[in-house]
Amino acid sequence: MRKVAVVAAASRQEEKMLDTEVELMIPLISEVKARTGLDQTDIGFTCSGSSDFLAGQAFSFVMTLDAVGPVPPIAESHVEMDGAWAFYESWVKFQMGVIDTALVYSYGKPSPGSLQDVLSTQLDPYYIAPLWPDAHAVAGLQARTLLEQGIITVDQLADCAVRAGTVESREEYFSQPMLSDPLRKADCPTYADGGVAMILAAEGKAEELCEKPAWITGIDHRIDAHHFGVRDLTAVPSARLAAEKAGVHDGPIDIAELHAAYTTHDLLLRKEMGLPETPNDNQRSYPIKADTLMASGLLRIAEAARGIWDGQANRALAHATAGPLLQQNLVCVLSGESN
Amino acid sequence: MGTGGELAAVVGVGMTKFSATRGDVSMPGLVREAAQRALDDAGMQWDDIDAVVMGKAPDFFEGVMMPEIFLSEALGCVGKPMLRVHTAGSVGGSTALVAASLVHSGVHKRVLTVAWEKQSESNAMWALSLKQPFQVSINAGAGGYFSPIIRQYMEATQAPELIGCMVAFKDRQHALLNPYAHLHQPDLTFDQVVESPMLWEPIRYSETCPSSDGAAAMVIVNEEEADKAKNPAWIHAGAMRSEANNFPGRDEVNPLASRECAEDLWNQAGITNPREEIDVVEMYVPFSWYEPMWLESLGFCERGDGWKLVESGATHIEGGDLPVNCSGGVLSSNPIGASGMIRFAEAALQVRGMAGDHQVEGARKAMGHAYGGGAQYFAMWVVGKDKPNA
Amino acid sequence: MAEINVPSSLDGVEPVQSVRTPIRMQYTFTPGVAAQTYLREFGNKKILGNVSPVDGAILVPPRGADPRHGALCEEFVEMPHTGHVGSYCVTNVPIPGRDLELPYISAWIFLDGADVGFLNLVAECPPEECRIGMRVEAVWKPDEELGMTAENILYWKPSGGPDIPFEEAGVRGWHARKRGETNA
Repeated sequence: MRKVAVVAAASRQEEKMLDTEVELMIPLISEVKARTGLDQTDIGFTCSGSSDFLAGQAFSFVMTLDAVGPVPPIAESHVEMDGAWAFYESWVKFQMGVIDTALVYSYGKPSPGSLQDVLSTQLDPYYIAPLWPDAHAVAGLQARTLLEQGIITVDQLADCAVRAGTVESREEYFSQPMLSDPLRKADCPTYADGGVAMILAAEGKAEELCEKPAWITGIDHRIDAHHFGVRDLTAVPSARLAAEKAGVHDGPIDIAELHAAYTTHDLLLRKEMGLPETPNDNQRSYPIKADTLMASGLLRIAEAARGIWDGQANRALAHATAGPLLQQNLVCVLSGESN
Repeated sequence: MGTGGELAAVVGVGMTKFSATRGDVSMPGLVREAAQRALDDAGMQWDDIDAVVMGKAPDFFEGVMMPEIFLSEALGCVGKPMLRVHTAGSVGGSTALVAASLVHSGVHKRVLTVAWEKQSESNAMWALSLKQPFQVSINAGAGGYFSPIIRQYMEATQAPELIGCMVAFKDRQHALLNPYAHLHQPDLTFDQVVESPMLWEPIRYSETCPSSDGAAAMVIVNEEEADKAKNPAWIHAGAMRSEANNFPGRDEVNPLASRECAEDLWNQAGITNPREEIDVVEMYVPFSWYEPMWLESLGFCERGDGWKLVESGATHIEGGDLPVNCSGGVLSSNPIGASGMIRFAEAALQVRGMAGDHQVEGARKAMGHAYGGGAQYFAMWVVGKDKPNA
Repeated sequence: MAEINVPSSLDGVEPVQSVRTPIRMQYTFTPGVAAQTYLREFGNKKILGNVSPVDGAILVPPRGADPRHGALCEEFVEMPHTGHVGSYCVTNVPIPGRDLELPYISAWIFLDGADVGFLNLVAECPPEECRIGMRVEAVWKPDEELGMTAENILYWKPSGGPDIPFEEAGVRGWHARKRGETNA
């Protein structure tokens, strides 16, 4: 497999942005190009991830393409998924041997929409969505199963909330009323508008563009069944499998950037991927504190790369998820060394 | 975007009957119908598939956000990698290219790709004309966007007024040879096409694509697998280009993105004279006049001569030397998310000799083409009966 | 079709053919930084354009971006209320939520001095008389009805004067005026 690295990243999150998606993305895309000295004409492939339903407009990603400056024409594609999967699609293009650089970006503005209604439409339209269970309710279902089966305890949830910074102490956690019993506000995400852009480059090029490329040593993604009665809600087989295939266990993980919007998800993912429950190094940022739908996953990859660039980590794990209750999972391992 | 790396081939094709409303199936049922047919054609089981790539257009057409998520069981994705592509109208084509890239790259050996739309579930016209915030509500569907562009082509070339009607009539005649096509109008006459009401002048009702439900699927495999298959269609080239849709000096009639995409495609495929070397074209023509326009843009003729090709009958399956849209094209069936893949799949069927009544005799090289957005996204491929030269 | 085994308790019960589920989602959109300025002045009966920092191209209406370069446009310029038709179509399809007499003319309006067009309604013009290059001027809502909304201009009407020749009208204008590199 051809060696590919993340060589630059820029991101921004804000609870409620006045900018349009284009105005949001232009500075981020310009920044990564400036950092690497690349022009759009130098970039071999561009790929992005976003969602129409989130934007409230059909073909919403079409307008955002203006931020890239696709004149003269570019080789470009888009997935209706978190940008982490656009990252994956770009990595595959590198493996074809036809490109040496790629621009990957994604963004989301949860603020305009009645978000819980929007997210409910992601569920099976015949059997589940008409009941309008919002994301917190669905997460609550899973949490109850986990608690009743003794797989997790409320103390673990509290500690996770403290670690993520949604509360300052266990006391504060337990003083909160239930939001979606057994989940409290501290267990659930706060959403934020935002975007992330990054540049990938292949071996031979990456070293020119960046002092310490964050090399992709493994990447994989899998999906589980959708319907709640069909899956075991206490397990995440797709995360386990993706982690295995991405080679998570081939060495020590210094930081793990998990796309866990709920405390329950954080605990579950650590279990499935064999990560310590109380890590030595916390994540650089927590989606539960600022979840930018469609970009939170790609942002994990950016944070993992930043950990490599900062020297904070030699081997970093980045995880992205999609669908209700961790239905689909992508795992990527970045390393400061190319092998 | 070249093919690079490994060779890949289409060894299975499946489609559903296209119609205004497939009330007999749910969304899972629809996609499974196409996918199962593709697997059967390929002689494979669900477990043989390594990854699934799904494509469709705006989710507002069905009222489900990211429907690939809930279709994971129906498409046998559990435990596998699954991607969902969305590049507006060209999506069916770009989905096929993404699926092919998974094989060209060596990442997977056997990929199932499905593109679909079940527009009857929601309201296509509404979804296409969603009021954009802070803008004047003046766009009544895609036709309202493309007609002014077509008008400029007509004025620049001074083409005879009825060229568009000729294309529409031809495609509807071709559709009669395709049992899957949505519009089957055996009694349609050319005069009826001409006399049908203007919707977005100069485009008449009869020159406009229908709104359809439908799905198309393909199984794409690597060389080793294809060598074992009974009848592969080898992928010779694949290209994608995008550009912005509104900027100073844009050639919106013959977009540069379209020209550069085609150039890249012909280079990869080693084709220097598309008109001679391509035996059959499946081109994305949702409004009649786009046939002459794309013929020029893709390099099948000189700029300004596309309408002459149409007028001469060159693009007709009967007697034409460059048959276009023998399947009936988008003008006869348009499940938006699937339309691009239908073009790509029909091209594969042609070179495999499996196009039934709409087979072009002796076809060995075919082109599949799709476009989307404000004529700004392009996805194209060339498939052949023979392996591409190394 | 797959065999489905129904429990005997459901014998004779009619299978469900379809489910109708109304969906409602509410979005509160923000126009964006550039569009906010544009709409505010539009309410003051002024039409603003964005100026590209790269080559001074004038983009109307302002979106805060020059799509050729992915560059932020933060400079504005006031535009005349006159222009010409770059292209158009005569439409017989009603627009959902809008009460328009059929047929109506939807046209790409290129303001004098602008380098891109925008889509709007042309009225007070028999459809057969509309043509590429026809000069038009804005017809506004009465002053007291103006607000921060895109609907301040009701439509564009023929203003008289010589047509812009086809080779210079609409998207061809940039090239004709030799304003710079084109995409032609």
